[in-house]
Amino acid sequence: MRKQKLPLIAALSVVAGSLILSGCSNPTAAPSPSDTASGGTLTVSSANFTESEIIGNLYAEALKDAGFTVETKFNIGTREAYIPALSDGSIDVIPDYTGNLLLFLDKNADVSSPDSILSALPAALATKKLAMLTAASAEDKDAVVVTRATAEKWNLKTIEDLVPHNDEVIMAGPPEFKERAVGLPGLEKNYGFAPVKFEPISDGGGPATVKALLDGKVTAANIFTTSTEIPANDLVVLEDPKNNFPAQQVVPVAAEGKLDDKAVAAIDAISAKLSTEELIKLNGQVSGDAKVEPKQAAITWLTEQGLLGK
Amino acid sequence: MINEMLAYFAQGANWAGEAGIPARLGEHLWYSFLAVAAAAVLAFPVGVFIGHTGVGRVYLVSASNVLRALPSLGIMTLLVLLMGIGLLPPLAALVLIAIPPILAGVYAGVANVDPEVVDAARAIGMKDSRIILQVELPLALPLILGGLRGAILQVVATATIAAYVNLGGLGRYIFDGLALYDYGQVLVGAVLVTALALVLDGLLALLVKAVSPARRAIAR
Repeated sequence: MRKQKLPLIAALSVVAGSLILSGCSNPTAAPSPSDTASGGTLTVSSANFTESEIIGNLYAEALKDAGFTVETKFNIGTREAYIPALSDGSIDVIPDYTGNLLLFLDKNADVSSPDSILSALPAALATKKLAMLTAASAEDKDAVVVTRATAEKWNLKTIEDLVPHNDEVIMAGPPEFKERAVGLPGLEKNYGFAPVKFEPISDGGGPATVKALLDGKVTAANIFTTSTEIPANDLVVLEDPKNNFPAQQVVPVAAEGKLDDKAVAAIDAISAKLSTEELIKLNGQVSGDAKVEPKQAAITWLTEQGLLGK
Repeated sequence: MINEMLAYFAQGANWAGEAGIPARLGEHLWYSFLAVAAAAVLAFPVGVFIGHTGVGRVYLVSASNVLRALPSLGIMTLLVLLMGIGLLPPLAALVLIAIPPILAGVYAGVANVDPEVVDAARAIGMKDSRIILQVELPLALPLILGGLRGAILQVVATATIAAYVNLGGLGRYIFDGLALYDYGQVLVGAVLVTALALVLDGLLALLVKAVSPARRAIAR
């Protein structure tokens, strides 16, 4: 019995294996129907996480709609990989985040306010022969987050409002949050906020961290501002008026002179409409229960915003 | 990296307080002890029953193989999402990996007792309970301790996952070090876990040897 089944199982696993393999290979370079229209070929890329891939898809679909032939090379890794790729022309445009991009290019840059970052970025990018387009208002940055109940009980609006409760606040965050300059040391320096206890949870502000917050095992948590858990659980992001956490606005980055006016206009139109709330919604469609493909979520969003077929 | 690790060991401050090496070592041993003790309480009676009666042997083998295949970190993450942070999720994940070796040791030890010895015990009027306690278990002791040894080794090596959530133990060095790209600290954790596992395994090996009657080869 068992012997007879073996070839079948073997065959099935081969099929399954090849399905997985083919699923992995990106169906890129499919020539778009609008090939014949104006414009050249542009390669849109993204970093190796979902949000970046969603924004990359927004750029790709808008550029296709504007008449460009678009190739996509998503998930190519971290800045160490994609900044050189932009410089050498193997990719043309990629979404990035203002604060971390500037710190990557210049470790000692002034990231004390969103404006200081935006004004320093073009020069820092120029050293790599790169240029930025208009940054979106959407921001994916670290934040101190509490439950609605805690915020109302203590009347919290900013991180500073937590200071009188230093003795009772237990804070959760990834282990590095305890040591990094923008983590607990920065919060103490800027606001005098020093929680009585820190609970390290290594899931990057993910579900385990949110669960600890909702269970009341911790009072505050370090969660990213574009996390879908924030609206889903009615969590409150405490304001950071002293910019302890550097601004991380979504910004399209391209090789100098690679994009013509038409391409720039197509991408700038996205940045103009992309707010943190909209980005959370997009993340929710892709990472949430609906599990929409990033490309499909991008097309739906662009259509809703009236950015396609202009 | 090696130098960073040695520097970490050399610094006196790293040996003191609740985040010091002795404290982390103590936490690690405490989690491991709890997990192995709980697994023994669960697995021991089942192993004796199956070994003595032979009932459900097939189920035992497949069930413990399934347990062996479960990824501990995955189980723990799932339990954290169900129960929240705390000691229970990592402990439950560790208990699950400790059960198969203990169960296998007890079952195999009891089942491998020479049937003639058991028959002889029955012939002189021993009841099942006495046969188990006075004949089978003493003879099974080397294999039972062997199973326990395997369980302890696995649990000590895996208890690092407790630090994935908010707990301590030697995994704290590994998770904190990784998060800060401080590989010297990661190495501190890895070396301590390895050393702890080797020392415990050596001690248990001596214990197993001590209780094994020289005239009787261990049946495997």
